[in-house]
Amino acid sequence: MSMLGRTAQNLFWLSRYVERAENMARLLEAGYRMSLTSRREGGASEHLMSMMQAAEVDEDFNKKHTTPDVDTVAHFMMFDPDNPSSVFACLQAARTNARSVRTAITSDMWESINSAWLEFSQIKPRDVRGAKLLGLLEWVKHLSHEFRGALLGTILRDDGFAFLQAGNFIERADNTARILDMKYYVLLPRAKMVGGDLDIQQWTLILRAASAHRSYRHVYHDRYKAHNIADFLILRPEMPRSLIFCARFLEQTTETLAEFYGKKQSCNEAAGQLRSMVEGTTMDTIFAHGLHEFLTEFIARNNRVSNALSESYNFY
Amino acid sequence: MGDKPPFDEMYNADGSVREPYRALAQWLEEQPDKALTLMQSDAEAIFRKLGITFAVYGSEEGTEKVIPFDVIPRIISAMEWRRLSKGIEQRVKALNAFLYDIYHRQEILKAGRIPAKLILQNAAFCPEMMGLEPAKGVYAHIIGVDIVRVGPDEFYVLEDNLRTPSGVSYMLEDREAMMMLAPDLFQRSKVAPVETYPENLRRTLESVAPAGAGSSPNIVVLTPGIYNSAYFEHSFLADRMGATLCEGPDLFVDGGKVYMRTTTGPERVDVIYRRIDDDYLDPLTFKPESMLGVPGLFNAYRAGNVTLVNAPGTGIADDKAVYTYVPEIIEFYLGEKALLQNVPTYNCTDEEQRHWVLDNIGDLVVKEVHGSGGYGMMVGPTSSKAMHAEFRRKIEARPDNYIVQPTLALSTCPTYVNAGIAPRHVDLRPYVLIGDEVRITPGGLTRVALKKGSLVVNSSQGGGTKDTWVLED
Repeated sequence: MSMLGRTAQNLFWLSRYVERAENMARLLEAGYRMSLTSRREGGASEHLMSMMQAAEVDEDFNKKHTTPDVDTVAHFMMFDPDNPSSVFACLQAARTNARSVRTAITSDMWESINSAWLEFSQIKPRDVRGAKLLGLLEWVKHLSHEFRGALLGTILRDDGFAFLQAGNFIERADNTARILDMKYYVLLPRAKMVGGDLDIQQWTLILRAASAHRSYRHVYHDRYKAHNIADFLILRPEMPRSLIFCARFLEQTTETLAEFYGKKQSCNEAAGQLRSMVEGTTMDTIFAHGLHEFLTEFIARNNRVSNALSESYNFY
Repeated sequence: MGDKPPFDEMYNADGSVREPYRALAQWLEEQPDKALTLMQSDAEAIFRKLGITFAVYGSEEGTEKVIPFDVIPRIISAMEWRRLSKGIEQRVKALNAFLYDIYHRQEILKAGRIPAKLILQNAAFCPEMMGLEPAKGVYAHIIGVDIVRVGPDEFYVLEDNLRTPSGVSYMLEDREAMMMLAPDLFQRSKVAPVETYPENLRRTLESVAPAGAGSSPNIVVLTPGIYNSAYFEHSFLADRMGATLCEGPDLFVDGGKVYMRTTTGPERVDVIYRRIDDDYLDPLTFKPESMLGVPGLFNAYRAGNVTLVNAPGTGIADDKAVYTYVPEIIEFYLGEKALLQNVPTYNCTDEEQRHWVLDNIGDLVVKEVHGSGGYGMMVGPTSSKAMHAEFRRKIEARPDNYIVQPTLALSTCPTYVNAGIAPRHVDLRPYVLIGDEVRITPGGLTRVALKKGSLVVNSSQGGGTKDTWVLED
């Protein structure tokens, strides 16, 4: 028996929102750390703004606030219900989705998202400053890990699992691409010549936002270099947040769905196109054609996979 | 109410423990200080974590609440249960026969045993149902009978819930919580299982599938959605019986058949356990503005292509005014005396009775005929003079809109409250399934009025629940 198209859609968005909550926490952490170490006057605000640009929430922010100081930005990214990507909004949406598909997820998954939401909604934003902010950001990442752990450990490997995974990896691919795009200019080949402290600091933060600042060393045994960092987050198949990893994973997931339902559909083609974009290319080729252009195209194709899934499986 | 204290489920008047409660009484005595306090807070945490909540409309504390759970179970002996379930079975059979008759030949009206006006002009009567043949002749497949006790052998039926009775998920979750909290108490007692309910529900629903449905009918639970107060229960039941949980927009009708929109396209639906009220089921037949239902559903139902559970129009049998005739109904269709008593009810359209009611309103319970959930009612002895006056006016203005009953001394059951263990009034809602056979789950939902002296047990009015044990011989 097949599941309701609405159920498939809710599963897809449930894990997208959990992943997004985690990514917002990562981005805010990166932006917050950058702002702490900025030596220039006004530098802190710039870092926070570019972080919000990467999350594509800067316009909403500017509508409400004039100064991007740490407290205002942190509140906006964490607690503001008017910011549809805030951790609050993501957890609320995830929990609402989970509630409407309770019969399609396991009780471990439900309990993990339900208690995360209950705990988070009891936090008083006013109490979350300074050191406490970093603690809370850690906690958001943990709850995402917990949810994913419950998912991997308990759910049947059927179509529902595939929809959950698809949502998770589309969101993650989108996020990694955005992080890179936010700072693409510090990764361009000419930055090799610059290579100053400021660049190194920003590279570190890019890696940190992608939770990759330690695993980088395992792969490159080298100090931070712009070329390597871009390579790591775009083309390294062993890096679980890299574009190629996510694209391959998505293609496999859509294959699984095609096998499950006995039919290939537009989402298989879209996922294939996304994967071939990052397969068999090199960083030199990408730089030659323009990193920013590459990332913009990737984000668009990734989004196309999302839309094609929705068409192929009657989301409504 | 008289001066005599109400019947207590656990203690005899002389303070000795009633037989079914022996093991519990001993267990309570053995519990160290604070054990119950801990159990109570554990229970609250379990329910909140599992998300066993109900929505409170208009509540300011947020939209979801955990229903208070009391850790002291209510216990019914095997013998008491046999009597109760016989009476319940008799009642639900008669009510289904009544529904069949009302929507066919209307013999009971022709015989003058019930005033025709009371049925035919009743808002709960559904003319669209006339002449329809439901599968196995069953209209009300799922019934929750509200029962109160006033003495060792005196049970009264307060209300028959034939539309979409709720609370069965609490019966199941209360049991699960209780087993987690007090496993040792279960080891000392022979408690009949309630966990069979979802499987029996499934069997019941399968047994009333349309003829063409095949051996494994496609069953769905139709919910108004996540903002409905009983949404938890809807998803819970769908989950436990392996049915698809649907909202109106998930279903559509084509060529007189019902389909659901799945990832692989339309899929035929055979049985709909609907938790949407009649009026909202089908905007083409009932309320045109309703967004909850499925356009064309009623025609598909009439064509016999899908089974609706419970059938539309069953509300005529649990109407508060029709309730007074249930003993008549039992006699008329089964030729038997009612085994369970009705609460004596005054008819305010009768002038003499109305005068008596208006003079004695402070001792009486007044209920709106179409009210539910404890709304639109007044309990005389615990209401103010102003309330008495208000309800006097209401009854005078619309005597047919109210039923009036004496205040019953509902039995009490020891309950864990802030001050320790104290007696609180309880009622009981056992759950009955009617398909190819009648299945009554041994147990039910015991609701308890947590406020001292209060007789109102509804969760919307601050009531709680208890696990309900039926003992086996």
